[in-house]
Amino acid sequence: MDIKDIVKEENLVYTKTKLMTDNILSYCPGCGHGTAHRIIMEVVDELGMQEDTIGVAPVGCSVLAYEFMNIDMIQAAHGRAPAVATGVKRTMPEKFVFTYQGDGDLAAIGTAETIHACNRGENITIFFINNGIYGMTGGQMAPTTLPGMRTSTSPYGRDLPSMGNPLKITELIAQLPGTYFVTRHAVHTPAAVRKAKRAIRKAIELQKENKGVTFVEIVSNCNSGWKMAPVKSNEWMVENMFPYYPMGDIKVDGELVEKK
Amino acid sequence: MAKVQGAIVVDVERCKGCEVCIPACPTDVIELAKEVNGKGYHYLYMANPDACIGCANCAIVCPDGVITVYKVKKIVKI
Repeated sequence: MDIKDIVKEENLVYTKTKLMTDNILSYCPGCGHGTAHRIIMEVVDELGMQEDTIGVAPVGCSVLAYEFMNIDMIQAAHGRAPAVATGVKRTMPEKFVFTYQGDGDLAAIGTAETIHACNRGENITIFFINNGIYGMTGGQMAPTTLPGMRTSTSPYGRDLPSMGNPLKITELIAQLPGTYFVTRHAVHTPAAVRKAKRAIRKAIELQKENKGVTFVEIVSNCNSGWKMAPVKSNEWMVENMFPYYPMGDIKVDGELVEKK
Repeated sequence: MAKVQGAIVVDVERCKGCEVCIPACPTDVIELAKEVNGKGYHYLYMANPDACIGCANCAIVCPDGVITVYKVKKIVKI
């Protein structure tokens, strides 16, 4: 059968959602940010919420998220996205409000805003992309950098006595009474993407019930910062990041999930 | 017997040649081309189009959303 006979409008199975603009993504080849952007926009599209969604972009690699997501967006000062989202949600409680933040934004400079927004139980959704490094500024050590991991500011590996321990911010905020749904996923394989998409859908739907913060962490790669090829960086992520940042739900329906 | 036949269309100029899709393909259809696109990236193409089953795994993991997937069911007489 010729390809021309298959490539027809009625045979379409999958195409990029209309909620992603046609701008070329500014991310490095193989970066998980693009997949994360796309699945969030797919869920918003499937729920028919384009008109009712307001996103808050962070500072970091994804600072230009408003160029790629075809929805209403605000770009917040570094780390202040949950504070901006709080204001938007309180002014327009009928809208779906989310922040999209990296680990340098959410877990370093914005720790106070993140923890207090979660502790107040604001009805916002936080998407947290954790790649364990400051990608945009040249691969410096982040709070989430793994023990022994080489970065441009820890060239001999992260030394715990002098540089401190990695911050498991997702586990930390799951302890707060203001959060309702906290989960961790990845986007490196088709199965992982489908699971992450289901979690994103659940987080978005729970926001309508006004129960508190819904928080989805996506563990991602940073092939440029880690100095690896994209496929290799995904393998490294599975071997090294996943044991430290295990996949799965951390808090469901306001109750911490018991780890077996 | 019905057999599923798929096909992908790659937006060559947007493809960054990251190869994340290649291990995601269950039937080893896709490869990077020897040629490069306008930005100098080796782009994705269907090296083995007959094996494509239109599962859309490649499109789902593509960070840049460059892959469009089509699928038909064809009737094969035994």
